[in-house]
Amino acid sequence: MKQETVPRTWPGDIYQVFKRLKVAQVAYVPDAGHTQLILDCQGDPEMTAVSLTTEQEGVAMLSGAWLGGNRGALLMQSSGAGNCINMLSLAQECRFPLLMLITMRGEWGEFNPWQLAMGQSTQRVLEHSGCVVQRVDKAEEVGEVVFAAGQMAFSTNRAVAVLIGQRIVGFKDWSK
Amino acid sequence: MMAAEQNVSGTLDRRDVVGRILERRGDALVVTGLGSSCYDAGVHDHPNTFYLWGAMGAAAMMGLGLALAQPARRVVVITGDGEMLMGLGSLATIGAQKPENLAIVVIDNELYAETGMQATHTARGVDLAVMAKGAGFTLAETVRSEHDLERAIAALYETRGTVFLDVKVTSQRYPMSIRLRDGAHIKNRFRENLLGQAAFD
Repeated sequence: MKQETVPRTWPGDIYQVFKRLKVAQVAYVPDAGHTQLILDCQGDPEMTAVSLTTEQEGVAMLSGAWLGGNRGALLMQSSGAGNCINMLSLAQECRFPLLMLITMRGEWGEFNPWQLAMGQSTQRVLEHSGCVVQRVDKAEEVGEVVFAAGQMAFSTNRAVAVLIGQRIVGFKDWSK
Repeated sequence: MMAAEQNVSGTLDRRDVVGRILERRGDALVVTGLGSSCYDAGVHDHPNTFYLWGAMGAAAMMGLGLALAQPARRVVVITGDGEMLMGLGSLATIGAQKPENLAIVVIDNELYAETGMQATHTARGVDLAVMAKGAGFTLAETVRSEHDLERAIAALYETRGTVFLDVKVTSQRYPMSIRLRDGAHIKNRFRENLLGQAAFD
């Protein structure tokens, strides 16, 4: 990861937004960008954080959560978006609300060529699968964008994905 | 052309099995997988049943989300062997999470009945109950006889923890039972019945 001059506060901002939105179930496939947020959610007695084997499980799980009256959020890296394509038919056909927070790879200073295929197509894949996609590229705007996306998801019963730009998340310096 | 007879190991009748499970549902919440399991459960339609008509592989994980949201209610997932095989990772996720109120019943005819009766992996020796046991389910077993079925249904509703039943059934196919297939309607009906006015918050 690049050296940061200021402490990273946006994961904490997302956690505070989860509290405002009354998110009770957080499903995730671990990602370096979401490390702190996952820890915060695991430590919160009002949240259940569930580690998945594949991202599509989270789409189904949070649909079940909504059936039972819980709000949820799904955390993943951009490489996981493609794993969700057919499962997103569940959200589209049933109008399940779905809030997805996706940390981007393959778009800003990426060193690993294998990340490009999915990173460069994440937005289009999600849009073609019926999701509303919103991007955030400034760390100080992450909380605001996630709150707006959450309100849209839970108030209009839609799948809404927030793409958190790789420029915010940071990249590995491959020059050394 | 579809084969007239299929050589499968099960002797139980799928509609009879699902009927006997559902007649004891009480206030349990039910999620079905797509295809025959949906039609079997549809014979006993109830607003506390959510029917999947697609999203193959979703049933078990929908059950987990529902079980976590409604810890005081028993959640029963009824699905097929093909659908379960497409979501095998869910067994590991559920085994790791260990909800106390989730049961999965696989109506295992060892066939992909909807697509032309092709054999699934369970016809070739793959043991789903052993996989569930390995994932950490509290109770996991294969049910082959009437006698075992009675006992297993009781355990399904009474066991505190995670239950997995792989019920071996014949290759008998039945017609679709319900016409209700609009996903948003099935969801709204379920939520309104379960949550009342809070469904619209």
